[in-house]
Amino acid sequence: MKYDAIIIGAGMSGLAAGIRLAMFDKRVVVLEKHYVWGGLNSFYQFKGRQFDVGLHAMTNYIPRGAKGRPLTRLLKQLRLRHEDLDLHEQNYSLISFPSAKLRFTNDFSVLRDEVRREFPAQRDAFDNLTRAIADFNELDLSAPRQSAREVVRRFVTEPLLEDMLFCPLTFYGSAIEHDMDWDQFVVMWKSIYMEGFARPTKGVRHVLTLLTNRYRELGGELRLRAGVKRIVSRTGEAVGVELENSEVLEADCVLSSAGFVESMKLLEPTASAVGCMPMRTGNPTADAVGLNGHIGRLSFTESISVLNPGAMPTDATIIFFSNRDRFEYRCPDELVDVDSGVICMPQNFRLDEPIAPMVRVTNIANHAKWCALRRDDGVDSSVNVPADWGQGLGARDQGSGSNPQSPIPNPLGNDAYTAAKQACYERSINAITPRHLADFRPQVSMIDMFTPRTIEHYTGHLGGAVYGSPVKRRTGETPVKNLYVMGTDQGFLGIIGAALSGISMANKWVLQRDGVLTERDA
Amino acid sequence: MQDSEIKQAIISIIGDIAPDEDTSNLKPDVRLREQIDLDSMDFLDIVMELRKQYGVNVPDTDYMQLATLDSCVNYLRPKMQGKTLKV
Ligand SMILES: Cc1cc2nc3c(=O)[nH]c(=O)nc-3n(C[C@H](O)[C@H](O)[C@H](O)COP(=O)(O)OP(=O)(O)OC[C@H]3O[C@@H](n4cnc5c(N)ncnc54)[C@H](O)[C@@H]3O)c2cc1C
Repeated sequence: MKYDAIIIGAGMSGLAAGIRLAMFDKRVVVLEKHYVWGGLNSFYQFKGRQFDVGLHAMTNYIPRGAKGRPLTRLLKQLRLRHEDLDLHEQNYSLISFPSAKLRFTNDFSVLRDEVRREFPAQRDAFDNLTRAIADFNELDLSAPRQSAREVVRRFVTEPLLEDMLFCPLTFYGSAIEHDMDWDQFVVMWKSIYMEGFARPTKGVRHVLTLLTNRYRELGGELRLRAGVKRIVSRTGEAVGVELENSEVLEADCVLSSAGFVESMKLLEPTASAVGCMPMRTGNPTADAVGLNGHIGRLSFTESISVLNPGAMPTDATIIFFSNRDRFEYRCPDELVDVDSGVICMPQNFRLDEPIAPMVRVTNIANHAKWCALRRDDGVDSSVNVPADWGQGLGARDQGSGSNPQSPIPNPLGNDAYTAAKQACYERSINAITPRHLADFRPQVSMIDMFTPRTIEHYTGHLGGAVYGSPVKRRTGETPVKNLYVMGTDQGFLGIIGAALSGISMANKWVLQRDGVLTERDA
Repeated sequence: MQDSEIKQAIISIIGDIAPDEDTSNLKPDVRLREQIDLDSMDFLDIVMELRKQYGVNVPDTDYMQLATLDSCVNYLRPKMQGKTLKV
């Protein structure tokens, strides 16, 4: 049997695209190499507890009935009701820098007032920037590339305010070091500052159950542990895929959420012609360096501390912090940069039923450094609660904020990987408390941590690059006919962004093009 | 199919596409877009549902014929002849 479309990856974009195609009776299969769906935003069980891999917050929150926003578009395209998502709004979020703090909520006027209070001289600048953003049509994919830093500086002249405004937006959606594309900046600004954060009580599991159920109800086929080994192409045209088990599936169209470079690599070696094809991106720097420049450099560690019941180090939902007034969004020279990051307390959404308190900390990490660490087979790489953090934690340490840095192990020493996780976890926590929230160290009951290696292993993103390639392919097209990229490398990030990307690629390249209106289907 | 049934078919499709919208009081002579939140992606869905449910083809060039409920009925009358309402 020949499929109308093969979808590589059961992440948010793959599942959403699958739903669209199954809805209109296309023969479609979603192939996922992992044994569970969700991709970067999956879920797992560890020591008897349920965790989400990625979810801090769903962006783009709007109340039911708001018109023409990304979330409404997503709901309609997947035929879901607003209430199906079970969304609960954040309390508030904080941008916390040494010399200033800005609070924001799902009501934009709060941020505006905060900027006026902290940066009175920038009040008009901020309003003008806001207006420029409102007037910009981020959906016009033909707009020329511009650096968001350059555009913002035309309005905002105070570097601290500039960095503070960039901090949440880059952390939640920039594949470019220290900058963003202006259109991506506008997308993120609207989705975070003007719309807002929310969460289903049960986290990402809830969203994924909704999507997989919908896909299956519509008759879509989902295959797990079905890694694609090769994208089969003939004369520059994708015609199907070969799976890890050597099974070959044919299709008219392949939609890949594996990433652009990753998908190009799947074409080799048979499509060696493609390898010589110049990868023109329109971006001179990227073109000069070839495919390598397409591999993202931004990866993260995520340190998850489960706290004792009732612990409440803050009532903020998310804190975007930098311990330096000049915020650096770059791949660090060290394993991890603990001096900036995102702290999320999932229990601080306005949930109907309480969930176990946690503190999740995201830091930027150096993938190559993590990969260079020796990892011994069969060693449990869990992070343990440091002995001196427990109830016995002396007044000596508590709240002093001056804990000695945990030493980073020799990369070639015995199971250096596990030792580095332990050390980086401790550094990461010591760098935020009590600076940004009350000292919660005595209340940590359990820890999990993942690194760029974990991200690469589970998602296949080269370099563990959470937001994929710095060069986005807005139309989804690749040098190979009938092969399209969607999700992260099409340029739409986050849960809502990735799902919308899957929807629009399925619409554009399958349903609208040769889909419903052809003779064959008639 | 009667005109009233064609109208019902369209309203039912809109109800499927936008389950959060109230479709009970749509005015027949006012543009659908002005009454409920429909964008071009949604019009694509209306067209696809028409072909899925009734085997009716609406070429892209005719999308504007679907602007109001009345114009839908006029445009679809010949195409829906002899079909049975599915709601
Ligand atoms: C720590 C962390 C926190 C995050 N927090 C948030 C958040 O709070 N809010 C938010 O909105 N977003 C968040 N994100 C981002 C969000 O998870 C992603 O942007 C989004 O899930 C990307 O979806 P995708 O479909 O593009 O790609 P992916 O999720 O990467 O899906 C790609 C899928 O393809 C599969 N695959 C790859 N290669 C193959 C192959 N050869 N064969 C078969 N299958 C293959 C992978 O296994 C994967 O399942 C976070 C991400 C991380 C890592």
